[in-house]
Formats: sequence, structure tokens, C-alpha cells
Amino acid sequence: MKDQIEHSYEQDIVGDDIYSIRKVIEPHRDDVDHVMKYVLIGIAAVFLSVMLIMPLAVVILNALRDGWQAYREAVLDEYTVKALQLTLLATVCAVAVNTAFGLFASYLLSKFYFRGRQVLASLIDIPFSISPVIAGLVFILTFGKIGWMGDFLKAHNIKIVFAVPGVILVTIFVTFPFVFRELFPVMNAQGKDEEEAAALMGAGGLMIFRRITFPHIKWALVYGVVLCTARAMGEFGAVSVISGHLRGKTNTLPLHVEILYNEFNTTAAFAVSSILVIMAVIILIIRSFIERKRKI
Amino acid sequence: MYVEMRRINKTFDGFQASKDVNFGVYKGQLAALLGPSGSGKTTILRMIAGLDRPDSGDILINGNRVNDIPGSKRGIGFVFQNYALFRYMTVADNIAFGLEVQKKSKKEIKDRVEELLELVSMQDLGKRYPNQLSGGQRQRVAFARALAPDPQLLLLDEPFAAIDAKVRRELRTWLKQMIGRVGVTSIFVTHDQEEAVEVADTIIITNQGRIEQIGTPEEVCRYPQTEFVKDFVDAERFEALMAIKKNGNNRCQNSPFCGTIN
Repeated sequence: MKDQIEHSYEQDIVGDDIYSIRKVIEPHRDDVDHVMKYVLIGIAAVFLSVMLIMPLAVVILNALRDGWQAYREAVLDEYTVKALQLTLLATVCAVAVNTAFGLFASYLLSKFYFRGRQVLASLIDIPFSISPVIAGLVFILTFGKIGWMGDFLKAHNIKIVFAVPGVILVTIFVTFPFVFRELFPVMNAQGKDEEEAAALMGAGGLMIFRRITFPHIKWALVYGVVLCTARAMGEFGAVSVISGHLRGKTNTLPLHVEILYNEFNTTAAFAVSSILVIMAVIILIIRSFIERKRKI
Repeated sequence: MYVEMRRINKTFDGFQASKDVNFGVYKGQLAALLGPSGSGKTTILRMIAGLDRPDSGDILINGNRVNDIPGSKRGIGFVFQNYALFRYMTVADNIAFGLEVQKKSKKEIKDRVEELLELVSMQDLGKRYPNQLSGGQRQRVAFARALAPDPQLLLLDEPFAAIDAKVRRELRTWLKQMIGRVGVTSIFVTHDQEEAVEVADTIIITNQGRIEQIGTPEEVCRYPQTEFVKDFVDAERFEALMAIKKNGNNRCQNSPFCGTIN
């Protein structure tokens, strides 16, 4: 029976009176395909277990190794809470700035044609290709004591390097292209006919954005924000260079994990890591939800 | 003259899309801009609409120079090549958009939308979204949307290009009748001679950014004034078309082109 081609009919109602009948035909499979399928599934399963599931299990198990009480203490520790706060602050700032920037940049680059458009689009990708450590160094060299802006900042009593503003700045830098990269292709594919049509009818810029552009890019925007959030929370290299590792002041969660680990406080290190893991899982769930929405 | 182009020049990144373009269209006329692709016909249409600005020359609508007036204030309706319907709005909302922008009252908008849906015989489809419509229906919505704010001038960019060849002919007749009924001055762009001959009162032939000839279908087909027009326009085909027109319905006799046209 398996070799027989099966038909199933699915009725699909669009609006209130269109019926379209979709014919779903199960593809014909022979035994070789069958074996191949299970081999591939097996490889994927083993790979995923070793690379992803096992490390995650290790984090959770080690975090709870000394019992619930120890876990609670590690998570509710004063410095951990401070680090969490700083991570959230940096993330919120980075997402806000990069969302605004990503919107403007992708609107500019997809709806207007001008000289240097390509160059600008490539420049935005720089943070993708620069190592975060180097990004951190660049900021130290720009805003630090010996940097170009060092004297100016000192004269005005502004502290950026080894302080919270520096942490926020590098986080913005590292996550700079995420929202833009999601929005740009969608806006580009949309073309500008609909906007031109609306403009010809006398609609202003805000109205055009609200009624025409935004509904189209909505899910891409949310997706970009989610990716940006995930990246901002986990950033280590750049923040590590610029923060100065001041406990309770400039330590973000990933930095705090490193410090705890280096102090052989493994349980606490894993407990704090589990916070990041939980946040990552939440983001993953939101992400897959959005991906499903976007397909509709 | 209702619309006039005077000595218009336009260059895009070193490519001259319009070279000293001069022509006029009378009120109530239905004019076709006919030419091969890349001949600058769409550029002319977009400049009249205010979507592009000429480098030099004057555009006049109803005797007023409109170069510095934004497209939305020129009293025009524009039908885009692939209609550019707002995909996240229903058919009714698409048609209502221009009226909403003008801050018309709810009742006025509702009445006008119903009137237009009836005009294009789509009364029952107002709640549909553009992706639930056929090509021909989309064209009708685009037409209704362009007419909603009661423009004095209707511009159509390749209005039949996105439509199945089979129904194109039917839609041409429909569009010509509609424009006649509404009585709006119209200019449309096409690269299809048959389309231009069948629909337009006046044909403006463009080539490499220049205007080659302006005249009635009969004039440009029977009396081409330049070598280009002579080559571009297929006189025999024109005679075949005229024969069909004369015979009323699609019966044509003694013409080798019957098969290709129908």
C-alpha cells in the first residue's frame, strides 16, 4: 500500500466565497530514499545532541549541582543582579538605537537612488566583519585617554571608557546591522510603486509609512529586533575590552560569568549562565513564532 | 490644449531619456504614447505626474505651468504598470485612500466608493484583498482608485502589460468605454501598436527620447513622416484592424491578419 500514490484533498476558504481545492500528492519513495532519510536524521540528531543539547544540559545540571539554595544565592547575588541590570540596559539601548537607525537606513537605501548608495549599504555591515575585540579596542582608542576625543571628554568630565556609556556604545556598535539587514531586503523587494501611488494621492510621509510601508515590514522588523536583542545580551568580546571589569559597575552578565568561573566558583558561574540560557530560549520561542507568522 | 509639454529635456545618470519633447493633448482626448521600450515614454508620463522632474522645459496642465507643483496637487490620477494596489488594504479601502487623504466625510467616502465599485462592476468584491483578485479585476480596482478623487487627467502606464493576452482585448474595449463614459482626459503608455490604434484618439510616437510623430491612428499608420515611424508602424496590420473595426464585431474578411489579431 505504501507504494501507492495517495491523494488527499484539502479545502481552503479565502474570504467568504472562494473555494480552492488543493491537491496534495505524497511523493513516491523507494527504499533507498527511505534509508537515506533515516541516516540523515540520525546524523543530524547526533550532531545536535553533542553540539547543542549536551552543553545546555551541562549548564543546567551544573547550575543545580549544589542544590536549589546555592542556585538561588548565586542568581540573587548583588553583583549578579547588577550585571543583569547592566545587560538589560545595554540591550534596550542597543535595540532602540539600532531599530531607529535600521528603519531610517533601509528606507533611505531602498526608496531613494543616489550616488554612493552601495558604499553606504556595505559600510553598515562593517560590524559583522570586524572582530568584537577589535571593536572594543577601537572605542578605547577613540574615547580613551590617549584617544582622539580623550582631551575633549576629559575637559567636559564625560567618562566613556571603563564606564557604562562605553559598554552601551560597543553593544550598539556590535549589533548595528541586525535590524537593517532584516528590513532592507523586504523594503527593497516591495519597490516604491505603492508609496508613489499614495504620495500622488496627497498622502504625507507619516501616513505613507503607517499605512503602506509599516504593514509590509512589520514582521521583518520584529524579527530584526529579536536577533538584535539576542546578540546584544550575549556580547562578550567588545564589552570585555571596554568595560574594565568593574564588579557591580561595568560588568555585564557574560563578563560576570567569566569572572566567577576564573574564581573557581563553578556553580555560581553556571547558575548565572542559566539566566542567559533561559533568556535565549525565550527569544528562540518568540523567533519561531514570528517565523511562522511571517510565512502566512 | 489641456496638457502641454514644451521643450522638455531629462537626463538620468548620463542617459538622455527625453530630448526636446513637445506635444499637447486636448481636453477629453485619449492619447497613447507609443514607442519601443527605452524610448522615453514612461519618463514623459512620470514627469506629467510629478514623479520625475524635467531638467528643462515647461509642463502645462490646463494652461498653468506645473513644474513646481507637487504631483498630488496637479489633479491627476495615475494607474501604475503593475497597479501598485495597497496590498494590506481591501479593495474598498484602496479606492477610499485618496478620499481619506483629502479628509472627506465618512459618508461621502462611502458613497463615492460604492459608486466606483459599481462603475467597474465589482460591487461584491469590496472586501477582498488585491491578492485575491485576477489581473483584470486588479486593473479595474486600480482604475477606480485613480478616479476616486475625481481627477481632471488620467495617466496610465502600460495598463495592459500585466494582463493575460486572452483577456487583454476585452479589457481594452472596456477601458476605452469607461474613459469615454467618465469623460476624463487620458494619456496612456504602450509599446503595442495594436493597443494604441484600437484605444487612442491620438498617437504620440516616441523613439530614443524624441517625439517622432503625432496624429490620429490613421495619420500615423497611413502617412508616416519619418523613417522610424514607417518601420515601426505596421501599415498592413493597421488596415486589418480598421477592417475589424468597420465590421463591428470580430468578424474580419479577406485579411491575412485575422488569425493573429483575434
